[in-house]
Formats: sequence, structure tokens, C-alpha cells
Amino acid sequence: MAGFRKVKEFVIEKLIFASGIASIIFVALIFIFLLSEGVSVLKSTSLGAFLGGRFWYPISDPPKLGILPLILGSLLVTAGAIVLAVPLGIGAAFYIADVAPAKIRSLLKSGVEVLAAIPSVVLGFLGITLLVPFLKHTLGLPTGLTALAGSIMLAFMALPTIITIAEDAINAVPREYKEGALALGATHWQTLTRVIIYGAMPGIIAASMLGIGRVIGETMAVMMVTGNAAVIPTSLLQPVRTLTATIAAEMGEAAKGSPHYFALFAVGLVLFLISFLINLTADLFLNRGKKR
Amino acid sequence: MTNEGARQRIGFGLLLAATLLVVLPVLAIIVLIVTKGWSALSLEFLFTMPRDGMRAGGIFPAILGTFVLVLASISFALPIGVMAAVYLSEYAKDNLLTRIINLAIINLAGVSSVVFGLFGLSLFVVFLRFGVSILSGALTLGIMTLPVIITTTREALRAVPKSYREVSFSLGASRWQTIRHSVLPFATPGILTGAILSIGRVAGETAPILFTVAAFYLPKLPHSLGDQVMALPYHLYIATTQIPGVPENYRYGTALVLVGLVLIMNIAATRIRSRFRRKR
Repeated sequence: MAGFRKVKEFVIEKLIFASGIASIIFVALIFIFLLSEGVSVLKSTSLGAFLGGRFWYPISDPPKLGILPLILGSLLVTAGAIVLAVPLGIGAAFYIADVAPAKIRSLLKSGVEVLAAIPSVVLGFLGITLLVPFLKHTLGLPTGLTALAGSIMLAFMALPTIITIAEDAINAVPREYKEGALALGATHWQTLTRVIIYGAMPGIIAASMLGIGRVIGETMAVMMVTGNAAVIPTSLLQPVRTLTATIAAEMGEAAKGSPHYFALFAVGLVLFLISFLINLTADLFLNRGKKR
Repeated sequence: MTNEGARQRIGFGLLLAATLLVVLPVLAIIVLIVTKGWSALSLEFLFTMPRDGMRAGGIFPAILGTFVLVLASISFALPIGVMAAVYLSEYAKDNLLTRIINLAIINLAGVSSVVFGLFGLSLFVVFLRFGVSILSGALTLGIMTLPVIITTTREALRAVPKSYREVSFSLGASRWQTIRHSVLPFATPGILTGAILSIGRVAGETAPILFTVAAFYLPKLPHSLGDQVMALPYHLYIATTQIPGVPENYRYGTALVLVGLVLIMNIAATRIRSRFRRKR
């Protein structure tokens, strides 16, 4: 009987270990599959022409598979989103963590949680129904489907990430710092802007980086509101196409095994590597924040 | 000093303004979807098939498809996620492997949803020959949601007092017996929270199912894991961008059903979590 129990526990503990390392296996599998499919793009184009090519005409003959317009599209939309979301998010995080009265705090936090929960396709739907016509009319544009629309949508989607992580960082600043500053006669505002902000800085940087990560990877909302023109963007007020939207919009039509199909996997690989780098760096900042 | 007081008032005012700029639109979004979508809701809308090229009738196949996907992906991800959390909280030592596992979880959480779609397409649909099917879609969604389940469960396990384990060990229980009888039962609310949160996430995701399971229009209901299904988020996407002439309240109605489903899940999860936290 005891022998049976030992065997059973042995099996269970092996299963637990296997599940423990499952995340590593899945991340590795994602990388391997993206790489093995994506690397085949090099049969039809060089690495330089792929990353630096100015034209994305995947179904012309021969196809032109330059993703520079897509990279720049993603960067432009992301930059716009971050300019909007980082100050707003960090301001809100300070207010929620350190200024708001306790009763209002939980209300505000639920508001942020609700925003995090709204599916991206729903925000895209509202963006295309409300924001896009609004931009078209107020700015007098030929179309409201612009990088700016994408930036505004993405700023909203990045805010919950930025706020929650920055708020955690602010809350993690040792109480004594704040009490010390207040005891020396500093006002609450001075304490916030000259003491707490420095203690929370690594967390705030990590929050901004993870916000960027969220924005670069976001797909549905951005595909629905940016107009998807694969040209090198020169302004926030024109249609752009991002890396994510390209995959989502074109994979359904790309013939399996075609240069187009492989190119889309290569785009996925580029996205994977970008998010990997961002997460790695953000994690370094978060750990530095914890150690101190 | 009055100068500092004024500065503080202005500063706090700006912070409040930033917060309101975030929270008020959320309120507006919810109110808008509810008021505009409400008129579309009816038994016919919820429980019948679409008609007239999806411009009338109901969205039943999309609702059912989302339920099937949620159920299938959770039954795959929950056991793995909980066991992974048990490993990290109860077995793992503070070493390189644990550090790599944690990094992998963070990265898995950061991978773009459309990249999960590509991965699902290449591994499940093509390589393993599952085809465009519930199985492929659910596995893709399950892997995507693992980080949520692992992190919430791990938090719940860590919150179980050390003394529970020590008492169990001192009575001669093995490590697994201790986990099974003295740790896991006390972490159940936390595990539930993670499961419900990931249900909300799975129900709302579009990009991972684009190439792995979602059907544009499928008037029959699924019979096996090898079938395709319609799904609510994908349905909202195509009703908004691919089919001209869908009545506005029909679109808002679909959005309302989706948001309602997701928010109910989130409220349930926060309720369970806060009750659990108060108890401790």
C-alpha cells in the first residue's frame, strides 16, 4: 500500500515538475516555430531587403517583401500612444496610490480594472464607430482612419498596465521615506515629487516599458482604426499599417508555403523578439526596484 | 508656505485630472454600450441563428462557440497552470531554473496575441494536423492564458501560512499529502480567481483564433473538437469591418453580450478575491 502511494506521488511530482517547466517549453516552441517558418523568407529576399525594404507588395510578382513601412507604422503608432499614456498613467497612479481618499481609491481601481478587461475588438469597434468619424470631422481629414486614431486607442489599452505596475511601485516605497520627509516639514506634494518618485522610479520605468510592450503587440483595435496603408508614414494624420495588423489581415489569404506566408511568420518573429527584449529589460528594472 | 500650498493644490488637481481622463471614458464606454446595445437584446437575438447574411436574426452560434472555446481552453490550461504554480510555490528552489521559469512566464504574458495565432497555426493546425478546429483554437488560447492562472494561483499558494505545512509535515505527512490536504484547499478561492480571470480573457480574444478556429459564418452547431466555430469577438470584428449594412444596434448588441460576459467574469473574480483577502 505504501509502495503504491509512493509510485502515485512519484508520478504526481513528475507531472508537477513538467507543468513547472511548461512555460519554458511553450516559449521555446513559439520561438522555434516562428523561426523555422520565418527563416524561409530568406529564400526569396535578403535579410537587409526584408528589414530595410521600402515596399510591401506581398502578392505582386515577384513579391516585394520589405517591412520597413510596417516597422515605422508600428513605431509611429506606439510613440503616439506612449506620449499620451505614460504621463496620464503615471499621474493617475500617483493619484490612486497616494492622494485619493480610501473610498474613492477602490472605485478608481475598479475603473482601471474594467478598462483592462474590455476586449480589444470592442475598443476597436467603438474606435471605428465614434473616434474615427470624430477625427475626420474635427481635423478635416480625408479619412479618420489614421495613425492618430491608433495611438489614442492604444494609449487606452496601455493605461491599465502602466497604472497598476506604477501604483505597485509607489506603494512599495518604504513608509519611512514618506514619514521622514513629512517630519522634516515637506508638504505632501513635495514628498511626492521629490522623495517618493525616486523610490518608485525603477518600477515606473518598468511600467512604461511594459506599456510599450502591450502597445506594440496589440492587434485588433489597431487594425480596425488605422486604415492599413502599407506606406512609409510621414505624419500621425495619415493611414498606417502596423506589424501586428499585417499578420492579422493577411494570414488568412496567404497561401501556405508561399513567400508571403513565410514573410508573415518572419514579421511574427520580429514582434516576438521585440516583446522579449522589452520584457527582459522591464524585469531587470523591477528586480532592481525590489532589491533596494 | 502659501506658495507651497498653492503648488500642492495645482499638482493634486493635475493628478486628479489625469485620473478622470482615464476613468470617465471607461464609464462612458460602458454606459454607451449598454444603452445602445440594450434594444438589440431579445431571446431571438441570443438564441437563434443569424439571417440575411448576418444582418438580422441572432448570434447564438457565436455565443455557443465562445462558451465551447472557453470551456475547452480552461480544461487544458487550468490543470497545467495550477500544477506549475504548485511547483513554483512548493518545490522550486531559488536557483537558475526557477529564474528562467519566471522569465518564461513573463515573456509568455508579453507575447502579442496575433503571434499566439501564428504559433497556433504552425504548431496545431499545420504541424500536428489538427486543422482549423476547436482543438487548435482552444490549445492556443490555453497557452496564452497560462501566465494569468500561474501568477494568481502562485499568489494564493504563497498566502497559505507556513505553519499549515509545518504541522502537516510534523504529523508525518509526505510533501504531496501536505500540498493536497493542507495547502491547496486553502488556496481554492485564489485558484478560482485566476480561472475566472482567464475565462474573461479567453472569451474576449480575437487575434489568436483568427487562423486557428474562427469561422466567418457557420449556420450549424459544432459536433466535435475537430469542428470550426463562430466566436463572439470575431463576430463583432466581421460585423463591424467586413459586412456592410449591419444595423448599428445589432453591432452594439453583440458588443454588449461580449462585454457583459467578460465583465461578469471579472466582477465574480474580484468578489471572490476580496472576500478571500478579508478572511485572512
